[in-house]
Amino acid sequence: MGLHSAMPDLHTLTAHAAHELLVTKAISARELLDAVYARIDAVDERVHSYVLLMREQADAVSARVDAKIAAGESIGPLEGIPLALKDILCTQGIPTTCCSRVLEGFVPPYDATVVRRLDDAGVVTVGKTNMDEFAMGSSTENSAFGPSRNPWDLARVPGGSSGGSASAIGADEALIALGTDTGGSIRQPAAYCGVVGMKPTYGRVSRYGLIAFASSLDQIGPITKDVRDAALLMNAIGGPDPCDSTCYPEPAPDFTEKLGRDITGMKIGVPREFFSQEGVQVDPGVAEAVHAALRVLEAQGAIVEECSLPNVRFSLPIYYIIAPAEASSNLARYDGVEFGYRAPGTRDIVSMMTDTRDAGFGMEVKRRIMLGTYALSSGYYDAYYLKASQVRTLIRQDFERAFAQYDVLVTPTAPTVAFPLGAKVDDPMQMYLNDICTIPINMAGVPSISVPCGYDQGLPVGLQFITAHWDETTLLQAAYAYEQATGWSRRAIDEIERVTMAG
Amino acid sequence: MAEYEPVIGFEIHAELATHSKIFCGCSTEPGAPPNTHTCPICLGLPGVLPVLNRTALEYGLKVALACHCSVPSPSIFERKNYYYPDLPKNYQISQKRSPIGLDGWFEFEVDGQPKRVSIIDIHLEEDAGKLIHPEERSAAGQSLVDFNRAGVPLLEIVSGPDLRSIAEAEAYMAGMRQLLLYLDVSHARMELGQIRFEANISVRPKGSTTLGKRVEVKNVNSFRTVTRAIEYEIDRQIEAYEQGERVLQETRLWDEARGMTVAMRSKEESHDYRYFPEPDLVPMVFTTEYLNGLLAQQPELPAARRTRFIEQFGLPAYDAAILTSEKAFADFIDAAVALGVSPKAVSNWMMGEMLRLLNERGLAPEAMPVQPRQLVELIALVEAGRINTTQAKKVFEEMFETGRDAEAIVQDRGFAQISDTSALEAIVDAVLTANPEPAARYAAGEDKPLGFLVGQVMRESRGQANAPMVNELLRRRLRGE
Repeated sequence: MGLHSAMPDLHTLTAHAAHELLVTKAISARELLDAVYARIDAVDERVHSYVLLMREQADAVSARVDAKIAAGESIGPLEGIPLALKDILCTQGIPTTCCSRVLEGFVPPYDATVVRRLDDAGVVTVGKTNMDEFAMGSSTENSAFGPSRNPWDLARVPGGSSGGSASAIGADEALIALGTDTGGSIRQPAAYCGVVGMKPTYGRVSRYGLIAFASSLDQIGPITKDVRDAALLMNAIGGPDPCDSTCYPEPAPDFTEKLGRDITGMKIGVPREFFSQEGVQVDPGVAEAVHAALRVLEAQGAIVEECSLPNVRFSLPIYYIIAPAEASSNLARYDGVEFGYRAPGTRDIVSMMTDTRDAGFGMEVKRRIMLGTYALSSGYYDAYYLKASQVRTLIRQDFERAFAQYDVLVTPTAPTVAFPLGAKVDDPMQMYLNDICTIPINMAGVPSISVPCGYDQGLPVGLQFITAHWDETTLLQAAYAYEQATGWSRRAIDEIERVTMAG
Repeated sequence: MAEYEPVIGFEIHAELATHSKIFCGCSTEPGAPPNTHTCPICLGLPGVLPVLNRTALEYGLKVALACHCSVPSPSIFERKNYYYPDLPKNYQISQKRSPIGLDGWFEFEVDGQPKRVSIIDIHLEEDAGKLIHPEERSAAGQSLVDFNRAGVPLLEIVSGPDLRSIAEAEAYMAGMRQLLLYLDVSHARMELGQIRFEANISVRPKGSTTLGKRVEVKNVNSFRTVTRAIEYEIDRQIEAYEQGERVLQETRLWDEARGMTVAMRSKEESHDYRYFPEPDLVPMVFTTEYLNGLLAQQPELPAARRTRFIEQFGLPAYDAAILTSEKAFADFIDAAVALGVSPKAVSNWMMGEMLRLLNERGLAPEAMPVQPRQLVELIALVEAGRINTTQAKKVFEEMFETGRDAEAIVQDRGFAQISDTSALEAIVDAVLTANPEPAARYAAGEDKPLGFLVGQVMRESRGQANAPMVNELLRRRLRGE
C-alpha cells in the first residue's frame, strides 16, 4: 500500500507523531508496539537498554487502546505509546531491582504514583531499563546486570544513572522513557545519547514508589526524542500526590502551554562557573557547540548575557555529603530481613545483615554508604552535614538571585561527550566531576532540561536550560524554540539508525 | 553512714489512641493476627513515603500544651538510625532537635502537697514491630517478626531529674498517666504496653547539688515493677558508694525473676544514632490560632476537677481524689449528677459497690458495664421506696453482670417492695393472730416486741415488705397511734 511504503519506521517516531497516526487509524497500537519490540530484538543485545521486558502486559494495554480506537472513542496524547521505565520505579507484580543484587526476588505489591498515572494515561510500558545500582553512577557501569552501551558508539557509555532509558530512546527501542535525576542522572545520559532529558522542579512529580537514593534530591522526569514529547509526558506524570508530603500541592500547569511561543526579549544568563571551575574545564568542542547554540538563541531575539553564580563551585563537595548521607539511611532497609536477597548460611542476625549487605551491594554503593555514615556520625554532623545544608541554601539563593534577573540560564549539560567504557571506573573522582554542570541544579531544586546541540568528535553534545522553581513552561518554551530552530533532535534520530545498525 | 537522696527522672513512651498509624492508614487496634495490620509503608518497602497522621500530631500537641511546653515552629522530624530486625527501615522516624514540645513543667500532688517537675521535651515518633521467638523454632535458631505495631504513634515525654523519692516517682507516673487519659489521647494501659516508663536514677549525699552517675532502667512493664526497680537501684547505688565503688553511667535491665537490675552489655548501648532531618516529611509550622484552638479544646484537668468535686458536690477530699484518679470515674459521676441525682448518692455507690465489683472482676474503670443513667434509675427506685438497700445492692450486682436496667431486674426477680396497704394489712393480721402474746405486750406499752413483730412480717413477705410502712401499721393497729 502506498500509505505504508511512505510510512517511516514506526519505532523512530516521536510520541506526538505516532499519536497523529493512531487517531487517523493509519497505524494501530499493536503495529507500533510490534515495531518497537522488533527493534529491541534487533539491537538490544548490543545496546542492553533493558533488564526486563513486559511483553504480556504491553500486549494487553495496546489491545485495549486499539479496541477504544475501533469503537470510535477518542484517545489521550500518550495512549498506546510505548515507554521504557527505569527499573527504580515500583511496578506492582513485576520485579523491581534498582539493578542491585540486594533486591533480587523483590516484587513490589504496589505501583509507584507515576506508574499508576502512566496506566491511567494508557501508556504502554515496554520494559524496565538498566541503570547504575541504586542510581549511583554516571555511566550505567555500576549495574548488577552489566553496562548499557551508547547507541552512537557501542564502545562508549550511555551516561548514567538513567543510562538504559537514554540508550533506549537513542536507539529507538521505545518512543518515550522515564528516568530519575539526583545529580544529573536524566540530563547527562540524555546529552550523551543525543536525546531530550528533563528534571522537573523538586516536588513537581511524586516520588511515591521511586526507590530512594537521596530523598531531598531525587526527581522523576522524561527522556524523549523531542521537547514536545517531554511536555506531554510531564502532563501525564506531574501534579500533587497525597502520598508524597514533599510534592507541590498546587495543580500542575499544561506543560505544552508555551511551546511555539516567541522568545524575543527573553533574558538568558550564561553562568561562567559552568564552563570553567577549579579542576574542571569544559571540553573545547563542547563549549563551542554551546556557544553556537547561544548564537542561535540570540538570532531568535533572546538577550544573552554572561553571569555568575559564585557558590555553585561548592556544589560537588556538598552533594557528596548530602546525597551519601541520605543514601546511607535510605539503603539501611536492605538487610535480608523482610524482602530481596538474603545471604545464605548465616548463623545469627548480625551476620545475616552484614553478609547480605556485603554480597548484595556493589562497590560504588558501599563507598557512598560509608561516606554518608561518616558524614552523619556523632562529632562530624555539624562539620559535614549541617555545614553542607547551609551551603546548599547559599547555592539556592544564587539561583534565586539569578532568576530575579534572567528568565532562563543556559549551560553545557556535561563537560564532555560520552566517554569510553571503563575509562573512569577506577577513578571515582573523575566520574563524579562529570556531573559538575548538573549537580548544582539538584542542589537548588530548580527545573532543567538537556537538548541536543550538535556534536563533538562525532558524539552528541547536550545543551542545558534552567529556569526558576515551578517555571517548567518557560523552560520548555526556550528549549522548544531552540530545537525548532536547529532540528538537532531530528538529525539525531536519523544518525542513530546508521550507527546502531552498523555496530 | 551518710544520708543519701535519690534523683529520679523519667522517659515515658505513650501510644497515642489514634485509629490509624502515624505515617500510614493501617489500623492500630491491638490483638490482630501477626502482620495483618500492615502495608508497604509501615513495612518500609522500597520506594514508600510517610504521610503524617494529623490526629497524632494534634494529640501530641495537646500534651505539650498541657505541660506548658513551648512549641517550636517549625518543628521537624528526624531519622534515628540503628539496625534492628523489628525496625522495618532500620531507622525510626522520630524528633530530636526541634520536637513538638520544649521546656515545660508538670504539677501533681504528693501526699497532698503540690510537686512540680520540669519537662525537657515531648516528641512524636513511630513504634517498632515485635520479635517473636517461637518455642518450636528456637531450636533452628529462627525468630519471627510481627509488624502490626510498627508505625503506631508514640509520644515520648522526657522529664528533668527532679524527683527525690519513690513516693514522688509513683505520684509522677500516676499523674502523667492520668493527664493522658484526661486529654483523651492515649488508653495508657500499662499491661498492654500502651504506656512505658524508663526511669533514670542516681543517688547523691543529701545536700549535694551535683548529680551522681545516672543509670537508666529498662524492661519494666507495670507500676509495681518500676517502683521495685527504682528501690533496688537506689539501694544498689548507695551500697556501691558506701563500699567505695564507682557507679557507672549505663543502661540496666530489670530482671523480674531475680528481682534485680543487670547491666546491659556495653555493645548494646553504644549507639551512634546519626540523627538527621527526615527529608521525606516537611517542616511543621504552627500558627498561633491553631495552637490556641487546641488549647481551647483542653478539657478540665484532674486538679481542677478535684477542687470542683469538693466545692460543688460537697464530697470529702478523699472521695474526690479517688473519683478523679481515673477519668472514667470522674466522667461517670459528672454524667450521673447531670441527670439530676445527688452527688453524694452517686459517690456512695461508686466508692462502695462499683469499686468493689471492678476490683473483684479485675476490670479497668473504662470497662465499667453500668451506665450513669442506669445507676441514676437504681437510686430513684430506692428513693421512691420501691426496693430497699439490701435489694438495691443485689440489683446493682446484676446490672454489673448483665448490663440490664434496674427496673427490668426488679420485675424479674420479684424484688418490688410490698407497699400496697391492703396487702401489708393482710400479712400483719396473720402475724398478729399467730403471735398474740408479743402483740399484747406491745399494745400494753412495751417497745421491745415491735422489732420481733416487724421481723415476722418481713419473713412472711420474703423480705419484700416496706419496712417503714410495716412499723407504722403495727403502731396504728396495736396502739392506735
